[in-house]
Amino acid sequence: MSRHTLSVLVENKPGVLARVAGLFSRRGFNIDSLAVGPTEHPEVSRMTIVVNVEESPLEQVTKQLNKLVEVIKIVELDAEQSVARELLMVKVKADVDTRGQVLEIVQLFKAKVVDVATDAITVQVTGNQGKLEDFLRVVEPFGVRELVQSGMVAIGRGGRSITDRTLKPVPVPADLGSTAQSRPA
Amino acid sequence: MGDTGGTPGAGTPMTGAQSLITALEHAGAENVFGIPGGAILPAYDPLFDSTKLRHILVRHEQGAGHAAQGYAAATGRVGVCMATSGPGATNLVTPLADAHMDSVPMVAVTGQVASSAIGTDAFQEADIRGITMPITKHNFLVTDPAEIPRTVAEAFYIASTGRPGPVLVDVSKDAMQAQTTFRWPTELNLPGYRPVTRPHAKQVREAARLILEARRPVLYVGGGVIRAGAAQELRVLAESTGIPVLTTLMARGAFPDSHPQHLGMPGMHGTVAAVAGLQRSDLIISLGARFDDRVTGNLDSFAPNAKVIHADIDPAEIGKNRHADVPIVGDCREVIADLVVALQAEAEQGRQGDYEAWVEFLAGVKKKYPLGYDKPADGSLAPQYVLERLGKIAGPDSIYVAGVGQHQMWATHFIGYEKPGTWINSGGLGTMGFSVPAAMGAKVGRPDTTVWSIDGDGCFQMTNQELATCAIEGIPIKVAIINNESLGMVRQWQTLFYNERYSNTDLQSKRIPDFVKLADAYGCVGLACESPDDVDATINKAMEINDVPVVVDFRVHRDAMVWPMVAAGTSNDDIKFARDMAPVFEEDDI
Repeated sequence: MSRHTLSVLVENKPGVLARVAGLFSRRGFNIDSLAVGPTEHPEVSRMTIVVNVEESPLEQVTKQLNKLVEVIKIVELDAEQSVARELLMVKVKADVDTRGQVLEIVQLFKAKVVDVATDAITVQVTGNQGKLEDFLRVVEPFGVRELVQSGMVAIGRGGRSITDRTLKPVPVPADLGSTAQSRPA
Repeated sequence: MGDTGGTPGAGTPMTGAQSLITALEHAGAENVFGIPGGAILPAYDPLFDSTKLRHILVRHEQGAGHAAQGYAAATGRVGVCMATSGPGATNLVTPLADAHMDSVPMVAVTGQVASSAIGTDAFQEADIRGITMPITKHNFLVTDPAEIPRTVAEAFYIASTGRPGPVLVDVSKDAMQAQTTFRWPTELNLPGYRPVTRPHAKQVREAARLILEARRPVLYVGGGVIRAGAAQELRVLAESTGIPVLTTLMARGAFPDSHPQHLGMPGMHGTVAAVAGLQRSDLIISLGARFDDRVTGNLDSFAPNAKVIHADIDPAEIGKNRHADVPIVGDCREVIADLVVALQAEAEQGRQGDYEAWVEFLAGVKKKYPLGYDKPADGSLAPQYVLERLGKIAGPDSIYVAGVGQHQMWATHFIGYEKPGTWINSGGLGTMGFSVPAAMGAKVGRPDTTVWSIDGDGCFQMTNQELATCAIEGIPIKVAIINNESLGMVRQWQTLFYNERYSNTDLQSKRIPDFVKLADAYGCVGLACESPDDVDATINKAMEINDVPVVVDFRVHRDAMVWPMVAAGTSNDDIKFARDMAPVFEEDDI
């Protein structure tokens, strides 16, 4: 098993997320992480899906995803050739005695305090999975009250775009009701 | 409504419901099987006036769905069914799943509660789009009346192109009631939908090379060849190369049963020759087939020495169950035609395959282990005999539509198919109750062709209410009930694997219901036959009745079993051609 990051461009239509999520569960694939949001094209959304599978089931899930009418394009992002980030927000116990130590850790990780209370501070950390895990490990002794984590988003390195549009419409065939129109005369 | 929306951009004002019916007309639909209800009611009003659409009022939505499937399978055109929201729509779930498994082009139109009520658990509300996501090729929920024509056009386009399949269009009631402007689209914007039909030339050349190198090749022909209309091309390929052919349950009729190169059907109940042809081959040329578990048996021991050329229009089928050495994505008709050209070019260079020893070996197996059956010692009726005679008398031009179970297997083996489209059945999903409504749909699509529904007594009791539809609408199908008063295939497994403990498979249907009276009650002619001596006369009598549906209760011996058989989960090598009887191949070096 190995982790794979898929960037999936989909039409921005209601129900697409349900279709994609349903396909994964129905074919028996676990999603490690899923993030979805708009792209520079309003009609296109981008999902970043992290799956933990062998090579050949990955090919099968990619092909099955491609069969979904609203899935436009799937690109597997190579870890070396892409940048991946996740966002973590965590409420760490911090009173007068420990706050200084926690803030020191926040600085070391180039994290950011987004809320302060008398007994806790809320910290925002961005980075790859490793950095987030490291951060959690270090603040754990102070006590983690609550945490929330985003799915991973990832983008390929270099100047090329995977969202270059290829949205050419097709003409409506004259005999729409016949399977024969998919074949040459 | 007539000729509206013909000019792009102009647009015709009408209601959403009128727009829906007009769109169906524009999409080329001619027959709609359905039942009205609250949410779809607005559509039924303009449907009442349509001169282009014939609506056939069925008795159960499942019947509408299977009828649309039968219509599509018999004509190659998109079958259309219609139902209301909630229970009407959920009753379409089984036919949609069936069509999805067997790649049947079909569009289901359902009414949905008003958009303001969606999500409130309103009366007869069901999220049919959510429910059918895994069992449709695609589905839509339309709440904006302006979207209706484009959605219908997309639905028909998706259903009929690429690998065909079912598409559901759910239309909210308020969208149908609202005023809108009908505009038939001139182009479709489906950026994520581009089926590949042209095979890659390099892959075809590579396939041709493997075919020439092989010594034990087989053409493993699946339903894709039927859907693609590629039977002619297949015949040319087979005859020009001499390669033995086997046709799966979905492909019966794609290659003539009478053809000497035909080994029959492979799989769990396949012929010994077809199973041996796969197991011992060194090259499987898979054309529109999907290495289904019922064909391969235990995958690890399936055709252990074979390379695989896998041609399919659906890339996801290639390599799904069995590694493909040469994958070819494309429409079967184009793939086979290109293969023929490539092999002809090789032949002109003097390169041809040498399959003589292999062909001889398989001919020997075919001769040694033909399909057969024992006539019951007590003189009662053998089900296989009924189907053998039916095939002879009704002939290869009739359409045969089977349900699921023993009778289906006997029908696939003993009728004798010569032409594509003459065998229709539920292969992938295995839906009991498929036959009668699907035969009804086939008869609507091909009114001048004799259509025989071949059904079991169990299957028949699931959907026989459509006999009322057939009688009233003038759809004179013929039904052969192979009545062994049991859920016969389940009973066969109980015989073989559960120590003859017949838990809940005894239907007592030679006693209740009286099928002849039932047929009569439905306005059909009911006949019964329980002696081999009466079979021909009974079939002939049924063949003479063409104004009303005919139901024949063939009361057959209940212990007849389907052979050959590869027990579930075991290897194809363990095929038995009769109980405890395994074939012995002498030419072990082949």
